[in-house]
Amino acid sequence: MYDVTIIGAGIVGTSIAREFAKYELKTVLVDKENDVSNGTTKANSAIVHAGFDCKPGTLKAETNVRGNALYEQLCKELDVPFKKIGSFVTAFNEQDLAHLKFLKRQGEANGVQGLEILSREEVLNREPNLSQEAIAALYAPTAGIVGSFELAIALAENAADNGVEILLNSPVTAIEKTPHGYRLTAGENVIESRYVINCAGLYADKINNLVNEPYFEILPFAGEYNLFDRSTGDYLNTIVFQPPSDKGKGVVALPTVEGNFLIGPTSDGPKERNNVKTTRKGMQELREKGMKVLPDFPFHKVITSFTGLRAKTPDNDFIIDEPAGSPRFINVAAIDSPGLTAAPAIAEKVVQMVKENHGLLVEDMDFIPSRRPVNRFIEAPAEEKARLINYDPRYGRIICRCENITEGDIVDMIHRNAGAETIDGVKRRVRAGAGRCQGGFCAPRVMEILAREMNVDITSIVKDKKESYLLTGETKAPAKEFV
Amino acid sequence: MNYDLVVIGGGPAGLAAAIEARENGVESILVLERDRELGGILQQCIHNGFGLHTFKEELTGPEYAERFIRKLKNLSIEYKLDTMVLDVTEDKLISAVNTLDGFFQIKAKAVVLAMGCLERTRGAINIPGTRASGVYTAGTAQRFVNMEGYMVGKDVVIVGSGDIGLVMARRMTLEGANVHAVVELMPYSGGLARNIVQCLNDYDIPLRLSHTVTEVRGEDRVEEVVIAKVDEDKRPIPGTEQVIACDTLLLSVGLIPENELSKKASVEINPLTGGPVVNESMETSVPGIFACGNVVHVHDLVDWVTEESCRAGKHAAKYVKGELSASDEPIRTEAEDGVRYIVPHHIQKDNIDGKLTLMFRVDNVYENARIVIKNNGETIKSVKKRHLAPAEMESVKLKAKDLEKIQDGTLTVNVTVEEVVAQ
Ligand SMILES: Cc1cc2nc3c(=O)[nH]c(=O)nc-3n(C[C@H](O)[C@H](O)[C@H](O)COP(=O)(O)OP(=O)(O)OC[C@H]3O[C@@H](n4cnc5c(N)ncnc54)[C@H](O)[C@@H]3O)c2cc1C
Ligand SMILES: Cc1cc2nc3c(=O)[nH]c(=O)nc-3n(C[C@H](O)[C@H](O)[C@H](O)COP(=O)(O)OP(=O)(O)OC[C@H]3O[C@@H](n4cnc5c(N)ncnc54)[C@H](O)[C@@H]3O)c2cc1C
Repeated sequence: MYDVTIIGAGIVGTSIAREFAKYELKTVLVDKENDVSNGTTKANSAIVHAGFDCKPGTLKAETNVRGNALYEQLCKELDVPFKKIGSFVTAFNEQDLAHLKFLKRQGEANGVQGLEILSREEVLNREPNLSQEAIAALYAPTAGIVGSFELAIALAENAADNGVEILLNSPVTAIEKTPHGYRLTAGENVIESRYVINCAGLYADKINNLVNEPYFEILPFAGEYNLFDRSTGDYLNTIVFQPPSDKGKGVVALPTVEGNFLIGPTSDGPKERNNVKTTRKGMQELREKGMKVLPDFPFHKVITSFTGLRAKTPDNDFIIDEPAGSPRFINVAAIDSPGLTAAPAIAEKVVQMVKENHGLLVEDMDFIPSRRPVNRFIEAPAEEKARLINYDPRYGRIICRCENITEGDIVDMIHRNAGAETIDGVKRRVRAGAGRCQGGFCAPRVMEILAREMNVDITSIVKDKKESYLLTGETKAPAKEFV
Repeated sequence: MNYDLVVIGGGPAGLAAAIEARENGVESILVLERDRELGGILQQCIHNGFGLHTFKEELTGPEYAERFIRKLKNLSIEYKLDTMVLDVTEDKLISAVNTLDGFFQIKAKAVVLAMGCLERTRGAINIPGTRASGVYTAGTAQRFVNMEGYMVGKDVVIVGSGDIGLVMARRMTLEGANVHAVVELMPYSGGLARNIVQCLNDYDIPLRLSHTVTEVRGEDRVEEVVIAKVDEDKRPIPGTEQVIACDTLLLSVGLIPENELSKKASVEINPLTGGPVVNESMETSVPGIFACGNVVHVHDLVDWVTEESCRAGKHAAKYVKGELSASDEPIRTEAEDGVRYIVPHHIQKDNIDGKLTLMFRVDNVYENARIVIKNNGETIKSVKKRHLAPAEMESVKLKAKDLEKIQDGTLTVNVTVEEVVAQ
């Protein structure tokens, strides 16, 4: 019997799992995929929004501003890259400028600190690559960039370090009420639990409908991105939004916290829930909209493209509630943007709901807030590099040649809690294969390391999802042996 | 650590440069190679066709490499394997790392950059669709099949008819896979003529010219790809789409010289070749830093790599001994009509011993054309060519008597068209 079962190991589920790990509770986090953070959390803009574009009084406004305030400390504790670089919303005409003023007032109503409308000169001074046509910008100093999947992975790892169980490859397909709570069928597992927290992202309505009356429907809206080579990583110093429009925040251009550059997302939907394909149309749109703010950007330096799906509902606010007739079942649904930013605050809120409705929780005195630091060989100073190689010579062997990731870095990420088991799992944790050759050189070596460390046959290693196999068997003639 | 010459990269370029430098009197040489063996990309090219010019016989890639590796060892030239060079500075301080020496630095009098190139990926050419597995660059697939001993798929479509794509079409077929098509964006193939015959025609593999892949489908693993004909602007023509069921897409869509280190050393890069600007001695814009092989410009024949690299090694030796004249760029080469680029980019006449080879690529397919080399507008040499294609690197040797005629200024190369075959 578990106290808490969390469905979905995206940023929301992992944040909640870690928050519950602070208490004396038996908690389990389940996900249908073979890795944590394999849903929307792995494909978004990774911006920690300031919070000026949410309507005052909404859950979005509340959790965005609170979440933003929690980020710095959280990322420090979990050793996850986060940079508070600030954001600009640009204006190209008087109408845009009027909208900036509206956003500033709205932000202030939401409690966003430090908002400022900057003149053309000031903006171009700070961002010389921005279009000369810009006439002003709204500056938000509290906006930042983060490694979105790194954070979810670190939260899962830290939750597991503190006793939370993680069950992967476990799709929840049935939920029944029992006298003490709920019985869930999750893949091979049958889970009895007092509380259920539904954070199933794009499938949150389906999960709700397994046991409750339907009262919301998720409409997936696709957002496509282009990611660019490191050599463009310093093209901007801040996050730059298009002039405001009715269609949300629009296409954004920003340096990523890993040192690349990102342009996106488009907005197209509703789509099927698994439709994360990229399209020619989307790429054209990104180019056109990107050119508007960055007319000279080197678009040919694209290294990859991807699509994320927003879990939208017509109401356009988060759903965080206990549906009538289902005590101790909490829906955390419709978490579209700014869900990444809001996640730490959402987690606080959910735990608070549990406390208020169902009595005090006992704090776990042994809770450790930080995870084992990540070594990141290539970023270490020379003496530290020497120390690492001395400690484990595998830090002296570079596997990913574009990002200079060593075997030591990779092995460490395989053996942690919520560790890597797939090629993309390694890539999301240490960036091996995330550079300009996109794993061309290192994939064979990473597969070898995964197979060796997990003691499985190399042909069973997959790229990402369960059936994304890479090798179909041995060749006819034996391979050339290495000397 | 101190060395007279450090060679970065132990492929055919690095090997030839190191050997030539030793034979020209440099004692203290170190070759640094990040892979587990010397030989570079040749180690995975187990097909025939290497060395026709250098050795007048047909060798496999590993056999060709082996000749140089043996020579290197016989000359007792030092090398370190499994060693990644992380940084090179303008004053030739090299930082590297491996499991035995840890993180270490070397001061060199001269450096040869021979890092080769890397393959363009799906991302770089923006093929839309899903993120399914089963999309490989041809070189990665070649490594899996030829070196690791694993097959990467059963039903294959190949994008790009460059040599690697062609060679892999044959290799996958011989290993029992079904290669459904080789799809080429251009109206002509990007590979050597002999490879079209030996790798496609002999196995009845269709070559679809003026076509591209417009979508990859499949949720976890590739299930099908969509191909379409393209118009003159290389845009897919609606209505010409055709769906091919397959589990694998191999990409042979170009190579990019790998110059991250060159950039760190402040070496000037030519935007057309993607490699360092070099002179007649294969010296870059930084005195004492030389470059050769695929890091300078992408070669299709390893024989030219060897020739160019010998030149780099020989002049690096001169530099170490203080015998190389500083380059003040008195003669610049310039690509004119029909020519995309020329290597070297500039020439210091008194450093040339004997002859000078100009290497270049043309921008289209030409039949019965002439390559004309002019100095300040005056014709120095003109060579008749029955067939010219962008896929095949061209070279013209200028002998002592041609060189005598050359004055400071510009040296141009153009193609005089008698008949254009394809646009
Ligand atoms: C294009 C785009 C851009 C965005 N940009 C930003 C931004 O810059 N800043 C920001 O703050 N927010 C942004 N967001 C929003 C943010 O990405 C999301 O709010 C957040 O990632 C949602 O996290 P989640 O945990 O709710 O969902 P997910 O990450 O999708 O996690 C849900 C998990 O539930 C699992 N699951 C589903 N069904 C089942 C089942 N039956 N059984 C078991 N497990 C199941 C899934 O496998 C998945 O792992 C963006 C979103 C998109 C799409
Ligand atoms: C698939 C394929 C098929 C080919 N077929 C033929 C053919 O049939 N006939 C023919 O004549 N030619 C062929 N070629 C061309 C020829 O093989 C290449 O042009 C030649 O190998 C290039 O030599 P190189 O030394 O410049 O580069 P490479 O062979 O790529 O060697 C570069 C070396 O540098 C090392 N290196 C790079 N960076 C670092 C660093 N930072 N630190 C340490 N080491 C580093 C690399 O590991 C590599 O070993 C083929 C090429 C390919 C790719």
